[in-house]
Amino acid sequence: MYSFDVVRPKSVADAVAALGEEEAQALGGGQTLIPSLKQRLAAPAVLVSLASIDEIKGVSSEGGTLKIGGGTTHGTVAREVASSYPALAAMAGNIGDPAVRNRGTIGGSLANNDPAACYPAAALASGATIVTSNREIAADDFFEGLFTTALEEGEIITAVQFPIPEKAAYIKFEQPASRFALVGVFVAKFADGVRVAVTGASEDGVFRWTEAEAALSGDFSAAALDGLSVPADGLMTDLHGSAAYRAHLIGVLTKRAVAQA
Amino acid sequence: MTKVTMTVNGKAVSKEVRGNMLMTEFLRDELHLTGTHVGCDTSQCGACNIHVNGETVKGCTIFAAECDGAEVGTIEGQANADGSLNVIQQAFQDHHGLQCGFCTPGMVMSAATLLKENPKPTEAEIRHYLEGNICRCTGYHNIVKAIMAASGQDVSTIAAE
Ligand SMILES: Cc1cc2nc3c(=O)[nH]c(=O)nc-3n(C[C@H](O)[C@H](O)[C@H](O)COP(=O)(O)OP(=O)(O)OC[C@H]3O[C@@H](n4cnc5c(N)ncnc54)[C@H](O)[C@@H]3O)c2cc1C
Ligand code: FES
Ligand code: FES
Repeated sequence: MYSFDVVRPKSVADAVAALGEEEAQALGGGQTLIPSLKQRLAAPAVLVSLASIDEIKGVSSEGGTLKIGGGTTHGTVAREVASSYPALAAMAGNIGDPAVRNRGTIGGSLANNDPAACYPAAALASGATIVTSNREIAADDFFEGLFTTALEEGEIITAVQFPIPEKAAYIKFEQPASRFALVGVFVAKFADGVRVAVTGASEDGVFRWTEAEAALSGDFSAAALDGLSVPADGLMTDLHGSAAYRAHLIGVLTKRAVAQA
Repeated sequence: MTKVTMTVNGKAVSKEVRGNMLMTEFLRDELHLTGTHVGCDTSQCGACNIHVNGETVKGCTIFAAECDGAEVGTIEGQANADGSLNVIQQAFQDHHGLQCGFCTPGMVMSAATLLKENPKPTEAEIRHYLEGNICRCTGYHNIVKAIMAASGQDVSTIAAE
């Protein structure tokens, strides 16, 4: 690793000020950032740890909407939303392993927007709102491609608001070594329609499968998906699976998610 | 350099550290507690697992500066007060839960928080909890068996020897 300092502000305001300095970068749980610092893929002068900011941690709910602080760990989400939003709790409880879940945060996962990460699918399928240090961004406008989001330099995710669906499920086909999604599909059924988000598959990162959404909004059953498929064009091919294989998995996992929801 | 103060296995320690010093380096190089192993240094294997404020975390994926003010536990603090092996360690010995022993400190640290959170885990729950602990020797069966035994459960149904 290159050398840098670590600072630990206690409020969002102090963190934003610290991030305004030259070459400063936010440190969430470090479960993605620390491995990339070891590979010298980043060279910050100062890391601004968000872990001491109590105001961005924890879960609360208000009128059918869950609010999860941006610094809340996957482990806390898995425990605390188990009864209010079980599909989200199950997704969080299957990220990586317990040690990763004890450090990694929702804000870090969304800001990172790894094309194989789980949270982007949950946020997009739920129609979540990402609350930052200076604005609110709809999930539909937040994810802008591989490792790219609408966040501006120094902007911190302070909370994420999830409308709670009537039914939902996330099915991850795990890449067995990393436990990331080889393909993951999150299906969420609301009173006014169904949303389907796919991660792990596209060269542009998480996306909504709108044909499946239309079919499922009329008839929420696995059979409603018969005959629908996602073209392999634009899907990822790597040593774990070809684009055609991923396209096939999307269909299979979406059916399984509907059956489980 | 920043000054950090924390409790490690019940003892207060204070040191000047570089911002980029990992807990694995802090424990092994500064405190000479070499029981915390570095297997992969890429957050995959769990040989470096330690406890920070009672939770298992990867020592290679947390900075010493992030542990300022924390209560840290390592494998060196796991034995009973009289120096004898604790229940989990003893079960690993009794059930042949280790061969080379490289993964064992991390396994024991993970097992400790598992049993604290879930005192009577099923075999499937143990395997799920150990997903971040890689062992290249044992094939895992006897590790699972040892943890089952440490939780006071019957292990005769767990097949492998
Ligand atoms: C072994 C292993 C297995 C994993 N398996 C999975 C998996 O199955 N599914 C999955 O989805 N993920 C997985 N992950 C990734 C994990 O979920 C990370 O915790 C997550 O991607 C990053 O969150 P973090 O809090 O650790 O962020 P960090 O690593 O600290 O930061 C990541 C990026 O986000 C920025 N950032 C952090 N917090 C904020 C914030 N609040 N606001 C704005 N920017 C911020 C940082 O500057 C950095 O650029 C795995 C990781 C490991 C090591
Ligand atoms: S050395 Fe830390 S996870 Fe392998
Ligand atoms: S006993 Fe050798 S790696 Fe587990």
